[in-house]
Amino acid sequence: MSQFEQSPSQTIGPFFRNALIEMTANQNNLINENTAGQKIIITGLVLDGNSQPITDSMVEIWQADANGYFNHPADPNRAKADPAFSGHGRSEAVNGGRYTFTTIKPGIIPGTVTPYINLRVFARGMLIHAISRIYFSDEAENDNDEVLNSVPAERRHTLVAQLDPAEPIPTYRFDLNMQGENETVFFNP
Amino acid sequence: MTQFNPINWKTHPPYIHPPYRSTAKRGPLKKLLPLPQKLSELTGPVFGADTVNELDSDLTRNARVNGEPIGERIIVVGKLLDESGNAIPNALLEVWQANACGRYIHKVDQHDAPLDPNFTGCGRVLTDANGEYRFTTIKPGAYPWGNHENAWRPAHIHFSVFGTNFLQRLVTQMYFPGDPLMSLDPIFNGLPDENGKKRLVSDYAHDITTPEWALGYRFNIVVNGPKETPFETKEA
Ligand SMILES: [Fe+2]
Repeated sequence: MSQFEQSPSQTIGPFFRNALIEMTANQNNLINENTAGQKIIITGLVLDGNSQPITDSMVEIWQADANGYFNHPADPNRAKADPAFSGHGRSEAVNGGRYTFTTIKPGIIPGTVTPYINLRVFARGMLIHAISRIYFSDEAENDNDEVLNSVPAERRHTLVAQLDPAEPIPTYRFDLNMQGENETVFFNP
Repeated sequence: MTQFNPINWKTHPPYIHPPYRSTAKRGPLKKLLPLPQKLSELTGPVFGADTVNELDSDLTRNARVNGEPIGERIIVVGKLLDESGNAIPNALLEVWQANACGRYIHKVDQHDAPLDPNFTGCGRVLTDANGEYRFTTIKPGAYPWGNHENAWRPAHIHFSVFGTNFLQRLVTQMYFPGDPLMSLDPIFNGLPDENGKKRLVSDYAHDITTPEWALGYRFNIVVNGPKETPFETKEA
């Protein structure tokens, strides 16, 4: 038995932006001129069960650096992690339900085969956040990924961000469908 | 790598809780799928001492324009722990709340109650080496919301908590002891178990109350802990 029990989650509510967005500048841009790796943009809509944008939602991402390392004590390769990259990003989706991140394509984490980003979505009307992943449509090794292969084949596409060939900076489109036919796969790690 | 306990769904709220009406179309309906805990789940952002400054944890001072904010000054303290009782140091807590009248500074808050020019209700603090935090603020007021006829949120402070890894992330709300609105609130009542509810209600803390200055409240926060191996189990 654990000594203590988890404090339960409550909704982020509609009024988080002054504290979670405005008190820290530029949280949806994870890179600066010293960050190693290929600059990319990831953008998408957070949509409810009626395919309406959730304009009081927030998305957070957590990813490895360009070489697949994390600047965190649990990573045995921490000493090699890019000092110009924290791996953490946050974007509000208040403008029409659209979130956007400027980041780098993550490297392959040792022991895995293809790049991905961990994601969490919070919203008014969600009593607890939901956890998902972003994979990339231009990665051939996705077919060999343990997690993607554990997902029913007909739902795998909900985890794959689509490269938009029209954009000068590689831009990946990744909508979060909270419900419906294309409900995004959410995880319980 | 050390594995962590998953989200305890006996104490966390479900995605769909019909009395809180906007949950109906916003939470996932399909079953959550398993995700192995690997390096990407067992790491998370590391926040340094430069993340926050001293004023960030004093909401009675961090937004002054022409005087002090109005309302009942309070001090909130607590400890961030995991389920094994390990203190979590250097963790970022972000807080936001309504002012004493129940009004948020947020532009979409249309509650007919006055804004306070000297209060934004936003703060940040890092836990210290013992996992403890402390901030000073104004006791928030209750406020109405459109969920149902005559719906009022009990007084609360929103907390955003980063633990040490991706799994320990928590957003929650702290309530005040004895508030009659809690038992009427569909958000609070979205919690499935009574003990879980109790963990979100702060305690009045006379040892923190400062003479001639402010009342004290204590609010400890517990996030997922490492899975205990059978060898470590203390049960007979
Ligand atoms: Fe609130």
